[in-house]
Amino acid sequence: MTITPFDPGLSEVPQRQPEAPNGWKRYISFNTDAKVIGIQYIATALLFLLVGGLLAMIMRGELITPAADLVDRTVYNGLYTMHGTIMLFLFMFPVLNGLNNLLIPVMIGAPDMAFPRLNAAAFWMVPVFGVILMASFLVPGGPPASGWWSYPPVSLQNPLGHLINGEALWIVAVALSGVSSIMGAVNFVTTILRMRAPGMTLMRMPIFCWTALSAQTIQLIGLPALTGGAVMLLFDLVAGTSFYRPEGGGDPVLYQHFFWFYSHPAVYVIILPVFGVFSELFPVYARKPLFGYKFVAAASLVIVGLSLVVWVHHMFPSGVPQWMRDLFMVTTMLIAVPTGIKVFAWLGTLWGGKLRLNTPMLFALGGLFNFVFAGVTGIMLATVPVDIHVNNTYFVVGHFHYVIYGAATMGVYAAIYHWFPKFTGRMYYEGLGKLHFLLTFIGTNLNFFPMHPLGLMGMPRRVSSYDPEFAFWNVIASLGAFLLGVSIIPFLLNLVSSLVRGERAPANPWNAIGLEWLLPSPPPTENFEANVPTVISGPYGYGTGLPLVEHQEAYERALQQA
Amino acid sequence: MTLIPANFDPGASPAESAGHTADHGAHGNHTLTGFIIFLCSESVIFLAFFTGFAVLKLSALQWLPPGVEGLEWRSPLAYTVVLVSSSGTIALAEWFLKRGSLWGFRAFWLLSMAMGALFLYGQAIEWAGLEFGFTSGTFGGCFYLLTGFHGLHVATGILLMGLMLTRSFRSGNYDGGEQGVVAASLFWHFVDVIWVLLFLLLYVWPA
Repeated sequence: MTITPFDPGLSEVPQRQPEAPNGWKRYISFNTDAKVIGIQYIATALLFLLVGGLLAMIMRGELITPAADLVDRTVYNGLYTMHGTIMLFLFMFPVLNGLNNLLIPVMIGAPDMAFPRLNAAAFWMVPVFGVILMASFLVPGGPPASGWWSYPPVSLQNPLGHLINGEALWIVAVALSGVSSIMGAVNFVTTILRMRAPGMTLMRMPIFCWTALSAQTIQLIGLPALTGGAVMLLFDLVAGTSFYRPEGGGDPVLYQHFFWFYSHPAVYVIILPVFGVFSELFPVYARKPLFGYKFVAAASLVIVGLSLVVWVHHMFPSGVPQWMRDLFMVTTMLIAVPTGIKVFAWLGTLWGGKLRLNTPMLFALGGLFNFVFAGVTGIMLATVPVDIHVNNTYFVVGHFHYVIYGAATMGVYAAIYHWFPKFTGRMYYEGLGKLHFLLTFIGTNLNFFPMHPLGLMGMPRRVSSYDPEFAFWNVIASLGAFLLGVSIIPFLLNLVSSLVRGERAPANPWNAIGLEWLLPSPPPTENFEANVPTVISGPYGYGTGLPLVEHQEAYERALQQA
Repeated sequence: MTLIPANFDPGASPAESAGHTADHGAHGNHTLTGFIIFLCSESVIFLAFFTGFAVLKLSALQWLPPGVEGLEWRSPLAYTVVLVSSSGTIALAEWFLKRGSLWGFRAFWLLSMAMGALFLYGQAIEWAGLEFGFTSGTFGGCFYLLTGFHGLHVATGILLMGLMLTRSFRSGNYDGGEQGVVAASLFWHFVDVIWVLLFLLLYVWPA
């Protein structure tokens, strides 16, 4: 590369294109670049994490004393409904779609997603339904208050009689979220199936792409059912139909089937990409190939199949017939088999490895620890008698928070730290990162472990006051929640200060193997452009000395010269 | 650096590579793949409505609203024949396009659109003459929800076909085959199959 002196008359001078404005402005515009959209998704999601976290801390503030003294009971109902809805639909799904957007194209060597405009449209629906959901705080009657699952007949109460009420806004927001996620899923699946680099067969694909493919397949099958069910709920609420109204011949349990047919598999939509993150990170930081690659890949598909036939385990006490309980108890327990295969594969990867305990690895290990704990309580909950005993208690709340925060959110943090240098071109601060991990790990366990004994003692969920005998564990849980709130501070500080004045990141700071590490940090707009490498071996070739792509030395040399 | 193509420049800054963004919208054409995936997903929403219909009907103490004997099936059957035959005419249109006969394609494509519109007209006539409404129990709700949601798909199909028809007048547009035509035709077959199932559920399944 020769350096041409600047000559204003030269027509070859690189021109800024109006389609691709540089700098921060492209992050607030309708940009079709997957890497920009990925960062838009993650930034939006983190904003809503703060909102949802704030609501959680108000609730834990209420629960630090047995009496309902901080907020009104009806306000409390709105708080937990909005907390759950925000955390799932406005934090978890968007942040994972952000990771998908950043990682899938660079991991498979594609220049972008298959449908860039559809991709941007899917993202911009997120702020739109986010605003619609937040607007429910301002309408008469306040936010929806029937829990994140909005079961009728509670969700069909509309005492003020307004057409625009919190519940109606909730349904519209959830339906829009569904449309946005389906648009995203069509894009991700098409991209993975059709745009892989030459030589990258399915069995040479990084596990993250396998898990993304599996998770997005679930979105495609499950989301339409929830959307259909939500449309019927909306008609019941605002148009006077009686699909779910018992007094008009309707069936409220039918809604529960629609809801859980999607919303249980939704848990796998969340956890599968996090399994992908674990599978990517452990080989890098243990310097060993992933143990049992084929089994880990296949287990993702088995989880997709099983996830579609377990939903009734949320409805054991809802008056379903006994044969359904028995059947769904067995299918639910079967899920432990593919999941267990993955956990063993990760342990096999870590076993005897030379572990490098930096921030992403710590988050991945902590996430794995919490996931195994959540898995054990999950098996307990699958059992019909235990489930009926602890139904609607804090045991269930503790279980799913270990999954969603302990495993999934910590996995997301691990991913953010691991790929931060790749997509921003800056290193994060290791000390702040480790502090973030320590506070998060302690806070998570302090916050969510006490919920298990509380549930077993019989404390119901969704109450703002409780018997004084539950006070001890509640105080500990509240302290944990505040610690989790504090843990966000070093995280945000780290993100902002690294972006502004972090050390310049090399192309491959972790010495990792993968197509994304053969690109400069940050990668150019169209990734490899016309020079897509030909993949000649499977992923995770740590310690094998096998090159990943043809002419690997040339790509590495070019990176060093750049 | 003999191993690398001459234009290899992984260090190119976004500004330098911005010249490539002009054709950023199309990295190979995957419209059909994406559309088939979307149709599979869309079929689940109908499956959900069908299941809800069956569950409500099977568990109902009184299915038909008071005063309603049953649905008149003769004229809906006639319109069903119209809609199902339009699957044949649209296939003929595609056959003409494959043979390079643009006008044959346009004629049969327009005929399929007209048959779809006739079906919608028949649906509107039927709705206007019914003695029960959207809020007449679960039966009324299900009837209008299912036929309305399907009718929305018929209307969308006609719009899609209209778009493809307009595009056929832009010169050279269909030279290399047109994935949009195949996609619109697939959508139309999908709408027809759904209607046949819907007809069986609503008009044939005894009350």
